[in-house]
Amino acid sequence: MIHVNTNYCKGCLLCVEYCPKKVYVKSEKLSKKGVFPPEVKFPENCIKCHLCELMCPDFAIIVEDKDDK
Amino acid sequence: MGFISNDIIIEKYLRKDMLPTIFCTGCGIGSVMNYALRAIHDLNIDMNETVFVSGIGCSSRVPGYIYSDGLHSLHGRAIAYATGVKLANPKLKVIVFTGDGDCGAIGGNHFLHAIRRNVDITVISINNFIYGMTGGQVAPTTPLNSKTTTTPYGNIEYPIDLSMMAKVIGAPYVARWTTAHPVQCISSIKKALQKTGFSFVEVLAPCPTSYGRLNKMGNTLDMTKHFKESTINIKLYEKMLADGKTTDKMVIGELVDIEKEDFNTKYNKFCGELK
Ligand SMILES: Cc1ncc(C[n+]2csc(CCOP(=O)(O)OP(=O)(O)O)c2C)c(N)n1
Ligand code: SF4
Ligand code: SF4
Ligand code: SF4
Ligand SMILES: [Mg+2]
Repeated sequence: MIHVNTNYCKGCLLCVEYCPKKVYVKSEKLSKKGVFPPEVKFPENCIKCHLCELMCPDFAIIVEDKDDK
Repeated sequence: MGFISNDIIIEKYLRKDMLPTIFCTGCGIGSVMNYALRAIHDLNIDMNETVFVSGIGCSSRVPGYIYSDGLHSLHGRAIAYATGVKLANPKLKVIVFTGDGDCGAIGGNHFLHAIRRNVDITVISINNFIYGMTGGQVAPTTPLNSKTTTTPYGNIEYPIDLSMMAKVIGAPYVARWTTAHPVQCISSIKKALQKTGFSFVEVLAPCPTSYGRLNKMGNTLDMTKHFKESTINIKLYEKMLADGKTTDKMVIGELVDIEKEDFNTKYNKFCGELK
């Protein structure tokens, strides 16, 4: 599961740009913060590389991973 | 080694009541904070024995978000406070977050002399080439010809290179990356934290609001791409030099990694000799 915290997200779209599997697209709906957050469009393509979480400056993405300690 | 999910970082290291951060959309400071916390997590550093110190500036707000003891001190004085903390209680891990202005302008002398003394602290400098917090004034790191609110026709002052300064004064660990190099950043911060003596990690970070806007560099995506294109890895750079070529690109990578006795060790030896 991929969670985008729209309370933290500021809509910079680094996640959309840097996901190697193009899991995200820019949402067409404004969040309550007034930005266009990413939409998790193709979650089945996710390889759990966590790059989106690293690139997000706002701790807004959590990619659930059962391997985490 | 694989990367963990942000929830672990948020739960264990951040003051959730302070989130979201105050930083602008696409500001690189949050990324540097994430990389540093991941390095700390990987090394299993005890947060009860760690102090985060900063001066003033957007970059200097980082310790306020971290669930640990911290000192949000005066503009330019972070390294002076950090030196005091380390000398008063050498058991503590002391980590400084400082902006390019905080570190290289008003705090320049503290920076030089803490390196000279080889105080055992880790300094993470977030270089956005400008005074972000106060509205985009010229910094000593601002590149030639760049526009800032105080150089509206372009900067005519030669910039200083923080990492090269750290290197020539003798810091035992120096690395420079950009926010577009998360993996390398984390690995260098880990090495810096493990180094005894003054360790310095400079991270080039986008400030889309001031530097980006004034220089028509676009949003953080464009700026991040620009960082990748305008930097060159030290290994490649050295190869170029050997081939008699040169480049204007900023050199990134691990610039120094040596062993050198730190101030506390020297001091303890000295006290022992006096007895
Ligand atoms: C003694 C003093 N002089 C000036 C200021 C105003 N001031 C606050 S932050 C800052 C510059 C911040 O630039 P930098 O350290 O690069 O941090 P950034 O905001 O870019 O992250 C200045 C000049 C101050 N707070 N205190
Ligand atoms: S974990 Fe990797 S593949 Fe999955 S969404 Fe994030 S960046 Fe894309
Ligand atoms: S990188 Fe983070 S803040 Fe930026 S759009 Fe994606 S989720 Fe939002
Ligand atoms: S002004 Fe610049 S450095 Fe400060 S929070 Fe905004 S983008 Fe970041
Ligand atoms: Mg700055």
